[in-house]
Amino acid sequence: MSYTNEQVSHLVEGSLDWETTFRMLSMPKDNSRFEQYLAALQAKVGFKDRIVLPLAPHMYIVQSAKTKQWLIKCDCGHEFCDYKENWKLHASIYVRDTEEAMTEVYPKLMAPDTQWQVYREYYCPTCGTLHDVEAPTPWYPVIHDFEPDIEAFYKEWVHLPVPERVD
Amino acid sequence: MNMMSTKEIGLGNLLASGMTLKQHRDAILERTQSTGYYNGLEKLEFRDSDPIGYEKLFSKLRGGLVHARETAKKIAASPIVEQEGELCFTLYNAAGDCILTSTGIIIHVGTMGAAIKYMIENNWEANPTINPGDMFTTNDCAIGNVHPCDIATIVPIFWAGKLIGWVGGVTHVIDTGAVTPGSMSTGQTQRFGDGYMITCRKTGINDEPLRDWLHESQRSVRTPKYWILDEKTRIAGCHMIRELVEEVIKADGLEAYEKFSAEVIEEGRRGLMSRIKAMTLPGKYRKVSFVDVPFKHEDIQVSNAFAKLDSIMHSPVEMTIKPDGKWRLDFEGASRWGWHTFNAHQVAFTSGIWVMMSQTLVPTQRINDGAYFATEFHLPKGTWCNPDDRRTGHAYAWHFLVSGWAALWRGLSQSYFSRGYLEEVNAGNANTSNWLQGGGINQDGEIHAVNSFEASSCGTGACAVKDGLNHAAAIWNPEGDMGDIEIWEMAEPLLYLGRNVKSNSGGYGKYRGGCGFETLRMVWNAQDWTMFFMGNGYMNSDWGMMGGYPSATGYRFEAHNTGLKERIAIGDSLPLGGDIDPSAPDYERHLDATAVVKRDKQCMTTEDCYENHDLYLNYLRGGPGFGDPIDREVSAIENDLNQKFLLPEFAEKVYGAVFTQDAKGVFSIDAELTRQRRTEIRKERLARALPTREWMKEERERIINKHAAVQVQHMFATSFGLSEKFTQEFKDFWSLPADWQLLEDELGVPTYGSKHRMDLSLMPDVKTVVQVEE
Repeated sequence: MSYTNEQVSHLVEGSLDWETTFRMLSMPKDNSRFEQYLAALQAKVGFKDRIVLPLAPHMYIVQSAKTKQWLIKCDCGHEFCDYKENWKLHASIYVRDTEEAMTEVYPKLMAPDTQWQVYREYYCPTCGTLHDVEAPTPWYPVIHDFEPDIEAFYKEWVHLPVPERVD
Repeated sequence: MNMMSTKEIGLGNLLASGMTLKQHRDAILERTQSTGYYNGLEKLEFRDSDPIGYEKLFSKLRGGLVHARETAKKIAASPIVEQEGELCFTLYNAAGDCILTSTGIIIHVGTMGAAIKYMIENNWEANPTINPGDMFTTNDCAIGNVHPCDIATIVPIFWAGKLIGWVGGVTHVIDTGAVTPGSMSTGQTQRFGDGYMITCRKTGINDEPLRDWLHESQRSVRTPKYWILDEKTRIAGCHMIRELVEEVIKADGLEAYEKFSAEVIEEGRRGLMSRIKAMTLPGKYRKVSFVDVPFKHEDIQVSNAFAKLDSIMHSPVEMTIKPDGKWRLDFEGASRWGWHTFNAHQVAFTSGIWVMMSQTLVPTQRINDGAYFATEFHLPKGTWCNPDDRRTGHAYAWHFLVSGWAALWRGLSQSYFSRGYLEEVNAGNANTSNWLQGGGINQDGEIHAVNSFEASSCGTGACAVKDGLNHAAAIWNPEGDMGDIEIWEMAEPLLYLGRNVKSNSGGYGKYRGGCGFETLRMVWNAQDWTMFFMGNGYMNSDWGMMGGYPSATGYRFEAHNTGLKERIAIGDSLPLGGDIDPSAPDYERHLDATAVVKRDKQCMTTEDCYENHDLYLNYLRGGPGFGDPIDREVSAIENDLNQKFLLPEFAEKVYGAVFTQDAKGVFSIDAELTRQRRTEIRKERLARALPTREWMKEERERIINKHAAVQVQHMFATSFGLSEKFTQEFKDFWSLPADWQLLEDELGVPTYGSKHRMDLSLMPDVKTVVQVEE
């Protein structure tokens, strides 16, 4: 099973027809998807750095075109940090920890009680994109939630050359 | 004289190999451990030499299991079984390892296997003996059951005098004779209030249930008619499957059957690893989820002072996907079990996750114990997911389980997203509540109990390419079905005054979570009727993903002294339909001034009295969202507004939508003004935000000063008490002084059970089965 680059681009845009989406869901996975996905995303971004691994709709691990360092980068161009670090520690944060702040986003009674749980919203410091909403208790450490093993993935799973990296 | 010898007992001869069942099981475990392959099966001889014969055998057995479930469930009268499909049949080999399972609540892949293993480890073959035609019944949560209402019937399968396997059938019964009515009641704080508890008891011989069992069991629960029909359902299904196995062996031979029943488990082990490699991405994923346990409130009435405290379930998970395709699920740091009914046995966890995984990672028919053998579980002893005390209550273990697994959805979905399989991304699952439960004298004048399974149709999580489904599913049963109003009105003395999509209940996002739904029920024609609420209210158990918000939390609405009897008689206005906007409640406008209304966030209550014409709102939760809400397409927001899935206030505030409404009430969004508003929202976000490290300094001060609600501190204290690793990581993250500590003793809340505990394994003559790293 494989799909055209155009179909994968539509998938990324959220505009793929349901029949093809359903086939993607129900049939065995297409091994070429990762390469096609990277190509579709690379065509969308406005920077020259090579995308190594997508992290979120507007966030990537990229290989810096200048230094070959692997960085976590917003698609607006903002560079958060080295790919091994927790990008949230380099973001802007807004914590909804009062009833007033919670009722800005939910009707009365339909938001958490901030004595129990708060919402932490992590924004790109440059463009204000909301990259993540955490819903922990007060005091909870900022979780480093994903540490991909990119070398093993490229070499052993999708059999692609690992992009050069300078630390 | 008058005593049976080992000859009559048959010890060592059940397998016709000279080995006891325990020796047989130990040998399988040893071969699995030493080779890495199930039962040492490096080569799948049968599958490879006769693939078509192997597949035919698979199809016959799997088809037979599904057929038995579909046929047998028609015997049941309980809507939980007959309407919702809360039953499952599973085939095991002689060692109690699952070969294949039917559709349905396939959490029981391992739970009934755990009971079989318990019988093996505790020498059931010597006493009470295992013979052809026997039936064993179990629902004991201390040896692997999820919650006591899942009653399992287990039947050994013999061929030519030799034990070749087991078949188990499980149904979710409507009442277990617990302290309060309903299958998953609250109010009890320990096992001793959880209801009728049966530990692998021999309840039938020669294919007939024993009379002492029939008499005792039916009077031990509130709903004997449903109970006995559920039992007949289980027995019929088990016997159908036993006959199927006999037919298969007649046609294909015992050797083929036995080879198949081992190879299919090894194939399942390899299958999970190959699915992991095909769909995910190696690395470490760390997620966490929480559940509120608000027991301090006056509407929680329990028999023990030590249970009267607010607490929080903490379920952190580190999911490690290894380059070889194996994975490790590590719950180090989880909070301690508690004096409530939400604790889970380790097997409920290790077996249960496959009901979720079959909806995402392994959507195949070959769900069996192979997947367990490809997974490393670390469930620290003493936590809510592996209690170290034999008193723990489990009636609604699902409350914590589904919430703990919500974190796994997000971990897996991160991997699908990064790999480009966007169609597989799911932001999580709804907190599958509220549970409307209660009992009393029903409309037929009989003692009755109810548990509305409308919760099997909550909103699903958003995908990375589409919205979640509205009122569609529950993680614990892949065949989500809210049930017909007419059937519920027959089963419960509660008339429907509304059944509507719950506005604003799905989490916001570029793709929103599916909305839940709400039903307004009026008590009718009951006597001495009680009900209670069970769900999340003060906290969300799911999070959104990648900028999406969690779904809305729950709240409760109940009304007494409503005056509805008179209002109906005189044709006055009535509360009908949905509680569309709880910020501007409307139901109260259609109730008499005498009405006593409870409208708050206390979504956990115990049995309270309801008169006829009292009201109860059953609000089933929505799913979490995906992606930044200001990326959402204008047309999708417009549709949500016009379908009342979204309240206008939040279309403006969260999505930045600028819209008008015409005389007919139809909303139209101005795309250009919305674009401009969204640009402003980005600026507003940054204006109110701080660099994370700056905010961390403030939060650190609050930790140093121990400034947080007691329940938050209690959660951390119980996790610290169980895990040095979690404690150290916490202190390292916040750069806390070396001597900083937080103990339960300093919080001024009951600490009963925090120091002195006794595990089931410490009871005389009991060998527990440990299937995880503790």
